[in-house]
Amino acid sequence: MDIKDIVKEENLVYTKTKCMTDNVLSYCPGCGHGTAHRVIMEVLDEMNIQEDTIGVAPVGCSVLAYDFMNIDIIQAAHGRAPAVATGVKRTMPEKYVFTYQGDGDLAAIGTAETIHACNRGENITIIFINNGIYGMTGGQMAPTTLKGMRTSTSPYGRDLPSMGNPLKITELVAQLPGTYFVARHAVHTPAAVRKTKKAVRKAFEIQKENKGLTFIEIVSNCNSGWKMSPVKSNEWMVENMFPFYPMGDIKVDGELVKKD
Amino acid sequence: MGELKLMKGNEAIAEAAIREGVDAYFGYPITPQSEVLEYLMMERPEQRTGMVVLQAESELAAINMVYGAASCGKKVFTSSSSPGISLYQEGISYIAGAELPCVIANIVRGGPGLGTIQPSQADYFQTVKGGGHGDYKLLTLAPSSVQEMADFIELGFELAFKYRSPIMILSDGMIGQMMEKVELKDQKSRWSEAEINTLNGTWATVGKPDSRERNIITSLDLDSAKMEQHNHDLQAKYRMMEKNEVRYEVFDTEDAEYLIVAYGSSARIAQKSVFLARQKGIKVGLMRPITLYPFPSKPMAELAKQMKGILSVEMSAGQMIEDIKLSVECSVPVEHFGRYGGIIHSPEEVLEALEQKIIGG
Repeated sequence: MDIKDIVKEENLVYTKTKCMTDNVLSYCPGCGHGTAHRVIMEVLDEMNIQEDTIGVAPVGCSVLAYDFMNIDIIQAAHGRAPAVATGVKRTMPEKYVFTYQGDGDLAAIGTAETIHACNRGENITIIFINNGIYGMTGGQMAPTTLKGMRTSTSPYGRDLPSMGNPLKITELVAQLPGTYFVARHAVHTPAAVRKTKKAVRKAFEIQKENKGLTFIEIVSNCNSGWKMSPVKSNEWMVENMFPFYPMGDIKVDGELVKKD
Repeated sequence: MGELKLMKGNEAIAEAAIREGVDAYFGYPITPQSEVLEYLMMERPEQRTGMVVLQAESELAAINMVYGAASCGKKVFTSSSSPGISLYQEGISYIAGAELPCVIANIVRGGPGLGTIQPSQADYFQTVKGGGHGDYKLLTLAPSSVQEMADFIELGFELAFKYRSPIMILSDGMIGQMMEKVELKDQKSRWSEAEINTLNGTWATVGKPDSRERNIITSLDLDSAKMEQHNHDLQAKYRMMEKNEVRYEVFDTEDAEYLIVAYGSSARIAQKSVFLARQKGIKVGLMRPITLYPFPSKPMAELAKQMKGILSVEMSAGQMIEDIKLSVECSVPVEHFGRYGGIIHSPEEVLEALEQKIIGG
C-alpha cells in the first residue's frame, strides 16, 4: 500500500488549522508548547474569530509564538504581557485578547502585572504554561520548580529554606475578585487535550460577555530541561507535577470551586 | 484664537492630550507630575471623547500598556518624572525597537536615586544619549512654557506617527508646576477604526483579516543579519530626523559676542540674564534648542563663528555642554554653569558666571 492510497479525502480526519502558520515549530520534539498552541488556534478557528483576536507572546521558549500563530500578535518584554494586553483590550474592547506566558514570565518577573491584571478583572484570557523550569535559557530554576527538583541553578535540588517555595500562582489569582474562570489542565494525552480545549473555548466565550479575567494554566513537560525522554518526562509530570498542581476547575462563574 | 486658560503646565499637557483626540493615557503617580493623571481623572475624558485613562500598578506596567495600545495604531500618551522614567527605559527601548508611535513626558526632578521633588535638568543624558539598551534615539522636545507643554502634544503625535517612533517631551518640575496663560486648540475627534486601518493598517495589530498577512509587533530577530538590517533602517530614520526636525530659537544674537545656550526652564532664566547683561553693555545672545535630539548642531556652529565664548546653562552638573562642544568643535571656549539637585539658578547667578567664566576667563 502506498501513502497515496491512505491520504484520500474520505480518510482525512485531521487538517491544519487556519490559525496556525506553515512555519516549522522551534520547540524541542516532545514539548507540550506545540500542542498548546494548536489547541488555542483551533478554538479561534472554530469560533471564527481570527480577525477579532490579538495575541501577546512572552519572553521564554514561546517568545517566537508569533511565528506560529496566524493572527495579529505582539511580542512583549519579559513578564509584561498582561500589561501589554491591558493596553490592547482597553483601547480595543471589542477584540478577543489573550496572553501566552510561561512560568518564569508570569510567576516571577511578571508577578505584579499578572496579579494586577487579574485584580482589575481585565477582560482578557491568560494562558499559563507551567513546566517548572526556564526552558529557553537552558533549564534554570523557575518559581514553580518543585521541592527537591534539580535544575541548572538548583543542581542539588530546590532547597526550600534557601530558594523559597514553588508558587501556586493559579490558586492565588483565583482568590482575586477580578478573575471569573480559573482552571488547570494539561496536554499530554488526547483526553487532556480535549479538556484543555473546552476550557480555552469557555475562556474566550467569557470574554464576549465582559465578565472578567479568564486564566488557564497548562501543566506541561520540558523534556530537554528535565533531561528526560519525551515519554519519561510526561510520566514524571503525572507522578510529580500533578499531585502539587492538581488538574481541574479552580474558579467557575466567579466562585471558587469547593474541594472536599 | 483658541480658548484661553490659566493653567499649570501639567494640567495644560493633560488638557491638550484630550483635545488632540488621544486614545489612551496610562500612568503612575509621582511628584512633580501627578497633576497630569489627576486632571485626566477629574475631567472624565471617557465621556468627553472616549479616551481611556488608567492608573497602572507601576511605571513598568504603565509603559507596557502604552506599548500594547500603541501596537494597535492608537494615539497613546504617558507621563512620569525622573525615577519613574528610569523604570520606563526598558519599555522605551522595546517601543523604539518595535517602531511604535507614542508621546512620553518627563517632568524632571532632581536625582540621582530618589533625589528630590524639585525641578532639575539632569535627565538630559538619559533622554538623548540612550537611556534604555540598544542603538536607538528619542526625538526630544523641550518646552520652556506652559503654552509649549500644550503645543508639543500635537507636534509630538505628528512626529510620532511620521517616524513611527517614541517622542519625549523633556520638561521639568518648574514648567510642570507653574501657572501661565495658555491658548488651547479646538477639540479634534479621535481616529475611527476605519481611519486607523487606513493610516496604520499595514503594521498595527488590529485583527488579521483574510485579505492580508498577519501584523506582528516585535523587537526581536534571532537572525543577526536581519537585526543588523533593522538597525540600519532605524539609523536611516534617525538621519531623516536630524535632517528635517531640528528646532531652536535665538534671541538677541545679531550683534552678540557671547552666547548662552539653554533649554526649558533655564532658557527662560537665561533670557533675563541676557536682558541684565545688555543693560551693562555686554553683547550677549541666547540660543534655545527646542529639539534636544536632533540637536541644532549646524546653526550652533554657524552662530559660534561670531562668538568669543559660549556658556551652557542647565540645571545639571553639565550634560548638554557635551553636545555644544561637539557642535562647535573647539572653535570657541565653552563653559558650563548650573545649579542642580533641585536648585534653580537665578538670572544674576547666570550673568555672574558669564562674566567670570567666559568674559573674564
